[in-house]
Amino acid sequence: MVTSPSLHPGIRAIVYMSTPTCYHCGDACDANIIKHDEKEFCCNGCKTVYEIFSENDLTCYYDMQAAPGATPLDIEGKYDFLAQDAIIDKLLEFKDDTLEIVTLYIPHIHCSSCIWVLENLKKLQKGISDSQVNFGKKNVRISYSPKETNLKEIVILLSNIGYEPYISLDDFGKGASAINRSLIYKLGVAGFAFGNVMFLSFPEYFEVDEYWLDQYKNLFRWLMFAFSVPVLFYAAQDYFISAYKGLRAKILNIDVPIALGAAVLFLRSTVEIAFDLGSGFFDSFTGLIFFLLLGKFFQQKTYSFLSFERNYKSYFPIAVTKINKDQSEVPIQVYDIKEGDRLLIRNHELIPVDAILIKGKAKIDYSFVTGESKVISKTSGDKLFAGGKQTQGVIEIEALKAVEQSYLTQLWGNDVFSKNKESAFETLTNSISKQFTIYVLSIAVIATTYWLFTDASKAMNVFTAVLIIACPCAIALAAPFTLGNILRIFGRDKFYLKNASVIERLAKINSIIFDKTGTITSGQSAEATYEGMPLSTEESILLKSSLRQSNHPLSRSLYDLLASQQILTLDDYQEHLGKGIAAKHNSNEIKIGSAQFVGAADTQVLNTAVHISTNNRYKGKFTFYNKYRQGLTKLFNQLKNYYELTILSGDNDGEFENLKKILPSKTKLLFNQKPEDKLEYIAHHQTEGQRILMIGDGLNDAGALAQSEVGIAISENVNVFSPACDAILDATKFNKLSTYLDLSKQAIKIIKWAFVLSFMYNIVGLYFAVTGQLSPVIAAILMPLSSISIVIFTTVCTNILGKKLKK
Amino acid sequence: MSVIYILLAVSVIVALIFFVAFVFAVRKGQYDDSYTPSVRMLFDDELVKKSPSKSIKSLTKKD
Repeated sequence: MVTSPSLHPGIRAIVYMSTPTCYHCGDACDANIIKHDEKEFCCNGCKTVYEIFSENDLTCYYDMQAAPGATPLDIEGKYDFLAQDAIIDKLLEFKDDTLEIVTLYIPHIHCSSCIWVLENLKKLQKGISDSQVNFGKKNVRISYSPKETNLKEIVILLSNIGYEPYISLDDFGKGASAINRSLIYKLGVAGFAFGNVMFLSFPEYFEVDEYWLDQYKNLFRWLMFAFSVPVLFYAAQDYFISAYKGLRAKILNIDVPIALGAAVLFLRSTVEIAFDLGSGFFDSFTGLIFFLLLGKFFQQKTYSFLSFERNYKSYFPIAVTKINKDQSEVPIQVYDIKEGDRLLIRNHELIPVDAILIKGKAKIDYSFVTGESKVISKTSGDKLFAGGKQTQGVIEIEALKAVEQSYLTQLWGNDVFSKNKESAFETLTNSISKQFTIYVLSIAVIATTYWLFTDASKAMNVFTAVLIIACPCAIALAAPFTLGNILRIFGRDKFYLKNASVIERLAKINSIIFDKTGTITSGQSAEATYEGMPLSTEESILLKSSLRQSNHPLSRSLYDLLASQQILTLDDYQEHLGKGIAAKHNSNEIKIGSAQFVGAADTQVLNTAVHISTNNRYKGKFTFYNKYRQGLTKLFNQLKNYYELTILSGDNDGEFENLKKILPSKTKLLFNQKPEDKLEYIAHHQTEGQRILMIGDGLNDAGALAQSEVGIAISENVNVFSPACDAILDATKFNKLSTYLDLSKQAIKIIKWAFVLSFMYNIVGLYFAVTGQLSPVIAAILMPLSSISIVIFTTVCTNILGKKLKK
Repeated sequence: MSVIYILLAVSVIVALIFFVAFVFAVRKGQYDDSYTPSVRMLFDDELVKKSPSKSIKSLTKKD
């Protein structure tokens, strides 16, 4: 789904707010507001981008959409690896002496201003000849002359104007990816033939005994034949291939009766016109293929800006900085890292291998891996796992393993990642077509035998007519149009499915497993409770003022949670890394930090806590709790009657009592589960006949998401990465989960009703067929009529269902 | 009445021309991105206001 950017040329949104917002990025400006050119900016970065644009006459950027920009991040040295030819070659789509083409993925692309400024890149950098944005895919394709500029310069330019491209290990060696457009071609061929054949067969519908029409009848018929040949051999080939594959695997899939019907249609029509027996059914034949392909096309809704196939490669950088023995720094490819290599990890860089911290203070964010956004501090000598992101300053590490052998990446060696869930699942259409095909064939045989004894000349006619009219076009259309439409309705509601078959699998779920951190808890905010002696007003003021100075994540969240106070200017302030902070105002001292640091005997260690002491007297502690998503209890109560519910968490059981209180008593709670444990837990319960929906968010859930019948990844921001899964659900819509499951079940009901409807058409058609009265006109009316009414029926029903979501 | 041959030939040729145009458009990638061009076409107005002779300014400025 493409979210359309609002486009108001020349009109700027007027925002009435107490605090001024940044002219560039729209964030609220803090105390350090920067005024420039009569406009307000929140930081120097934003101001610089504005300067770049205003110097180059690109201020239109701000006219199309108010505050469209992003603050440029510090990227000093980050893209040094783009100077290496070996790496550049792997990224480029095209390369010769005068022209290089590269496609870069830019997550920030979100509005019309973005398209405009990125397509005007040539005004900012000499040597760029063309840049074209694909809004849906959030990428920009840049052509440039390698003599005048290079990839590194372009990437740095993009980063400087707030459009930092995302280059990951996944891009490595991709180059130009071939786009499969064959379905559009086939649809074009079938539609073209259908239209022309309809025109040519029109005179025959009325069977006018007119001299001229009779005279040229053969010419018309052979022209129709000519139009139908490419439809049979090109447009319809997938149905024949699939039917053949199905038969070889001894499965009567829906394509078997379709292929049979289409082949009989074509052959009988050819025989009819060759021996001048009639006008043939070329119109029905081309129409049938056209409608079927249309259904396929409709179902093929893809969210090109999302990826459902991600593994660790999309998270990992292409290259890191290696420190040689002589202290020189060189960028090396991640695949070339060997055990014992010294690596330099800058701020906001990802640790690509399991390693030992050698130098520097590490503050690692493992949210990619666990979904937990809390930052963990490490000191030299500690072990770091691949997948963590350094969030403060520069560190040096020594690699313990190669990339593929790291703890996290090893998970991808498991077989579940090569399994195809779709092929193992029998769709509703295919299960119905099994019986359908058998019935149709028996009717054909019985009717033919009957006619052999009554009027042998008509026997062949009846046999073919039954196969033609029973061709399950309407049945084959019911599922694609229902599921395709539900897929779109879900997408509009921020529940993005990988493909339509996910809906059918969702409807069969009987057990739901949730990850805890980041899935049922919200990753962004936390709650804290205070235990201990009450703090006086003075102490509260001092506490808040001290926290204000600190950049530690816990300080930041505690600062946000506390009631606002007047802010004091501190006399003394010291931050002891890894321990806490100490501050002084007049005669009052305060210590905030770990139990040891403030001098408290701590008993409970499961939850994160911040301890406080004033004037060397222990006061109490703030204990942080996970904040559960809104409507969690309500959702579980809705689900508990229909599904078995389980919480499968990788964390310790510190939240056990709390969860017991808010969740239905039947809910199973399991803690301390490693990624492989989760996978095996699901596999084990699947053998017991459970059909499992796994809901997770981090890379540690990747195995479980792949093993379950349906894996849904919860995402706070769908544009950032989520692990491989079948569906991505926007975190704000988490409480609607039960509605989605309900709608999937209803969708299956709609398909079943559509089947009933199309059987009725088939019965009418079969009446004409077995009595030997099937004329081309009846076929030409019945076939499109049944198809179109099925399309209308499913579309109307699914839209009524979709209204439920809006409530 | 052989004019019908000409009429048929013309109609089929016209149809084929459109078909070839369609195939050509698909091959050129016009169906790959059905959204961005609809936004891009509205940009022309803004670009006209610019003086095209202006030279590219250097971007060495950093803070």
